[in-house]
Amino acid sequence: MADLTVDHTDTLLFFAFSGRLDAAGIADVWEKAGNGLRQGNGPALAIDLSEVDYFDTAGAAFIAHLDKMALGRNWDKTKITGLDSASTALVERIRKAGPEPSPDTTAPTGRARSFVEKKGRSVADFLYDAHTFIAFLGEIFWAFLSSLAHPGKIRWGETLRVAEQAGANALPIVALISFIVGLVMAFQSAIPMKMFGAEIYVANLVGIAMVRELGPLMTAIVLAGRSASAFAAEIGTMKINEELDALTIMGLEPVRFLILPRVIASTLMTPLLTVFAILVGILGGAVVILSLGHPFVAYYNQVVGFVSWGDFTGGIIKCFVFGILIAATGCIRGYQTSQGPSAVGEAATRAVVSSIVLIAVFDGIFSILYYMLGV
Amino acid sequence: MIRVENLVKTYGSTVACNRLNCRFDAKKVTVILGGSGSGKTTLLRQITGLEKPDSGSVFFDDMDLTRASKKDLYKKRKKMGMLFQGSALFNYLNIFENIAFPLREHTRIAENVIKNIVTMKLEMVGLRGNEHLMPSQLSGGMMKRVGLARAIVMDPKVIFYDEPTSGLDPISTGVIGKLIRDLNVKLDITTVVVSHDIASSFKIADKIIILYFGDIIAQGTVDQIKNSTDERVQQFITGSPEGPIPFTRTDTNYVEALLADTDKSMEKMS
Ligand SMILES: Nc1ncnc2c1ncn2[C@@H]1O[C@H](COP(=O)(O)OP(=O)(O)OP(=O)(O)O)[C@@H](O)[C@H]1O
Ligand SMILES: [Mg+2]
Repeated sequence: MADLTVDHTDTLLFFAFSGRLDAAGIADVWEKAGNGLRQGNGPALAIDLSEVDYFDTAGAAFIAHLDKMALGRNWDKTKITGLDSASTALVERIRKAGPEPSPDTTAPTGRARSFVEKKGRSVADFLYDAHTFIAFLGEIFWAFLSSLAHPGKIRWGETLRVAEQAGANALPIVALISFIVGLVMAFQSAIPMKMFGAEIYVANLVGIAMVRELGPLMTAIVLAGRSASAFAAEIGTMKINEELDALTIMGLEPVRFLILPRVIASTLMTPLLTVFAILVGILGGAVVILSLGHPFVAYYNQVVGFVSWGDFTGGIIKCFVFGILIAATGCIRGYQTSQGPSAVGEAATRAVVSSIVLIAVFDGIFSILYYMLGV
Repeated sequence: MIRVENLVKTYGSTVACNRLNCRFDAKKVTVILGGSGSGKTTLLRQITGLEKPDSGSVFFDDMDLTRASKKDLYKKRKKMGMLFQGSALFNYLNIFENIAFPLREHTRIAENVIKNIVTMKLEMVGLRGNEHLMPSQLSGGMMKRVGLARAIVMDPKVIFYDEPTSGLDPISTGVIGKLIRDLNVKLDITTVVVSHDIASSFKIADKIIILYFGDIIAQGTVDQIKNSTDERVQQFITGSPEGPIPFTRTDTNYVEALLADTDKSMEKMS
């Protein structure tokens, strides 16, 4: 704790400090001293430190700074009293640290960038990122194709482990989300449909929506949050720990060794989870229909009669692509982790954001494609 | 064995390797000395092909690694072993599995033979009996030694050690130094050591290369280096705080930088 008394005569601004002038102490008196100096009109500053119990570099830098500010206002030389010789020497050393940097010699802090330049830069960054992403995706794809020729070389053990972690263990959350989506959708549409006595058609609505869109989409988004971030964090940690370099030196390509098992596992698990999500979602709708007094058989017949195999296949094909996107994005973002303690967290965040964006984009592309193909 | 020609590597405005020319002779121990941040690790990363240089070449058995195909590069890597500065142990594997890892991935050796090999290597680095520990349970020096055991488990033709003895006590330093030398002599392993440790480097080196902020300022035998008249070399090997090598490389005075910061916060306050 430190304290400051400010006194003012015609010829002198007088600062008397007391207490501990260390990093914590100067914070207490910082503002008061600054205001005192600014409002005072000199022509000299006197500093009394005889009541100070403790004084260190922070204190010395502070005193030297006050001195500089006084000099900067063309006041006379600051008188400092009450310091023992060691501390005086400290202040002197800091004072002499160098000539006052004049404004024009200070390093340029960078010219203000125009709006156009900023936008241009971010577009360039984006394009560069997209370029590396696509190149990396190509590399993964190539590794996949070439390992198909030697399926024995794929690390099936690791693939199974990832499939369990990223697939089987995601079952409860996927089920929960799909069930709620199915339930809510059925409930909300049942109310207006009931006015027309058409509530049994809720089955068509829930069925087609789950199969074509919501089942794949919900599963993909849950997996993006769950697996993409996990992959990015795993691989990012290995990168920071130089483990990826260690693998490379041992002659094991990280793309084949780490990324491929994850991509294969995710590509196989996403469609499976989606099938499950679709079923549970439709069951969610069934709960509403049952509670409105319709028999389950009616609901079942309605769904099966309306949803075609084409719809189902379309939905599932999408999932393979989503699965690749999620795993590849997670791994690529992990691989791109920079150094530093916050880097892994950043990589995980980027993985989730990028994969959700990609899922949305590809979902759009599939919608258009299916429309044009008439599926 | 390894020849580096006009190697340049920059990170942004930092020149980590500035037109380096040097060679690492077969079956010899070459020690790279240099202060912190002088580009030693960077040089190793270029030689092993972990990073691509901006320009220049690295010849490994007369093959230019900077222009080699990925397949050739990986083929050459099977002849390399490397101890990383941070050990780079696989965090999810215990000591035994870490050391057995390259054997299991690259060979079809039976499990009990693997066990013998691993035990032997652990004995060499003085860690037998700790097979079951996980990397997170080890001290920095123990991790170094496990990393070393893993680097030599495949009996590579060339080994790169990035600071094998930093963080070790004097006795372990001596043991590891002797181990490096023994491996080199008995198995004819070409050895490249990055180090800060003058005394042990002089003991094991056939040749010494001194780096100074991306430049090679001296290379030669131990005697040549000891008798060098270059003041920077002398300061480095005597470890004197006074001399041509400044402790920091930034030109701004530390205290001034400190005060400039206070100025800014003062301004903000007003
Ligand atoms: N990935 C990187 N990105 C940016 N700069 C880097 C990177 N790696 C190294 N550098 C810079 O290159 C220079 C040389 O680094 P290097 O790691 O080779 O030093 P070193 O000689 O191994 O030091 P030490 O003995 O402390 O390990 C340093 O200035 C460092 O900041
Ligand atoms: Mg280093």
